[in-house]
Amino acid sequence: MMNLTLKIWRQKNASDKGKMMDYALSDVSPDMSFLEMLDVLNQELIEKGEEPVAFDHDCREGICGTCSLYINGRAHGPETKITACQLHMRSFNDGDTIYIEPWRAKAFPVVKDLIVDRSAFDRIQQAGGFISVNTSGNTQDANAIPIEKEHADKAFDAATCIGCGACVASCKNSSAMLFVGAKVSQFALLPQGQVEATDRVLNMVKQMDEEGFGNCTNTGACEVECPKGISLENIARMNQEYLKASLKG
Amino acid sequence: MSGILNSSIGRKFAMALSALFLMIFILQHFAINILSVFSPDTFNDVSHFMGTFWVIQYLLQPVLIFGVIFHFVMGFVLEIKNNKARAVSYTKNNPSGNSTWMSRNMIWSGGFILVFLIIHFIDFWIPEINTKYIAGDMSGLINPEIADSGYRYHEELVHKFEPIWRVALYCIGFIFLALHLLHGFNSSFQSIGANNKYTKGLKGFAKVYSIGVPLGFIFIALFHHFNH
Repeated sequence: MMNLTLKIWRQKNASDKGKMMDYALSDVSPDMSFLEMLDVLNQELIEKGEEPVAFDHDCREGICGTCSLYINGRAHGPETKITACQLHMRSFNDGDTIYIEPWRAKAFPVVKDLIVDRSAFDRIQQAGGFISVNTSGNTQDANAIPIEKEHADKAFDAATCIGCGACVASCKNSSAMLFVGAKVSQFALLPQGQVEATDRVLNMVKQMDEEGFGNCTNTGACEVECPKGISLENIARMNQEYLKASLKG
Repeated sequence: MSGILNSSIGRKFAMALSALFLMIFILQHFAINILSVFSPDTFNDVSHFMGTFWVIQYLLQPVLIFGVIFHFVMGFVLEIKNNKARAVSYTKNNPSGNSTWMSRNMIWSGGFILVFLIIHFIDFWIPEINTKYIAGDMSGLINPEIADSGYRYHEELVHKFEPIWRVALYCIGFIFLALHLLHGFNSSFQSIGANNKYTKGLKGFAKVYSIGVPLGFIFIALFHHFNH
């Protein structure tokens, strides 16, 4: 069992200034997940009549991308290729002080405590992250369309992006290019994505810029911190697609 | 095509193109300067050609100056924009866990290179422009009135590297250039969309270029300081 000091960002609402607050938590099992540890803390706070810490979570199995915690200076904590819900307390030591903060980006405003508004990603997706398919009953079977294996694999890799925002949180410029690069790539590599390829990349990049994300300077921090291991290759592909589309448009 | 420079990717692309152009310039600058060590006469001939051929003087030189200014101005503009994208900083941040010092501090290495470049311009470029276009001496000779006095370029170079403070300044300047290139070389290829099967080999070449070329410039400064 471990005794921990937690330094957690507390902010009542979007307009509150917010501050780091200290909490002592004892008898933490190394087998707990990080979110279970926060559940225990919240139970203690509720029993003491205090406001529990608000944090995002849903599937708790690394699929939904909802948990968004910046733990000890790293997105999703000290381990790589996992989300915060997959992080276990055995990654920490008895007596540790753990800093827990929300994603920091102008485009991801804090809603409350550790919860941020990531609807900027939804708006980028709505700007072009889709294909138009005739679903009136005569839809072509996707399996009938031959796709080069290498392209299919790369498209699948890009499509594993869960939109958690760790790329933005880790980037010193709060750039969203890994996310947008993945979303552009998953369609750019497949025949179904070709029809709207030009508009897609132009509109998605335009929306990304309007949301106030920073410019990518290729530090590679996003790739390291991405829980799904999305490659920087996707940003390069988006750059290519954007330049091609700009020349066409 | 319109407004491409107003987009984040367009700016990245422009930044990368100016960087690639400057890296080619640095390589040719080094190729000429290293001649001063192995063959002073060839160095003099090439320097005279570079300093008097109209294509270089009136076409390529303005492009180079524009490229340098554009790269620095765009670098500072992007830094300001990027700082605005994160209004509140993290209380605890551990960027060394996911990125290199060089990649996170391009603005600082670039800033020091800018200071070095200003001194370099005052040291070499402005006196050269003064001699050729203000004093009107295009002969390149040590004594313009004596036809066989020989070209002045090698002698001027050696003279410049006599004071140890200037040698030290050049060494520091080129260390910052190496740090800048260690990230910038590959970054420029990534920005133009070149991340493919050749990237691994390119990364190896980038290391050789980024360390080898600045080290070569440092060698030239030290060689002339200690040999003359």
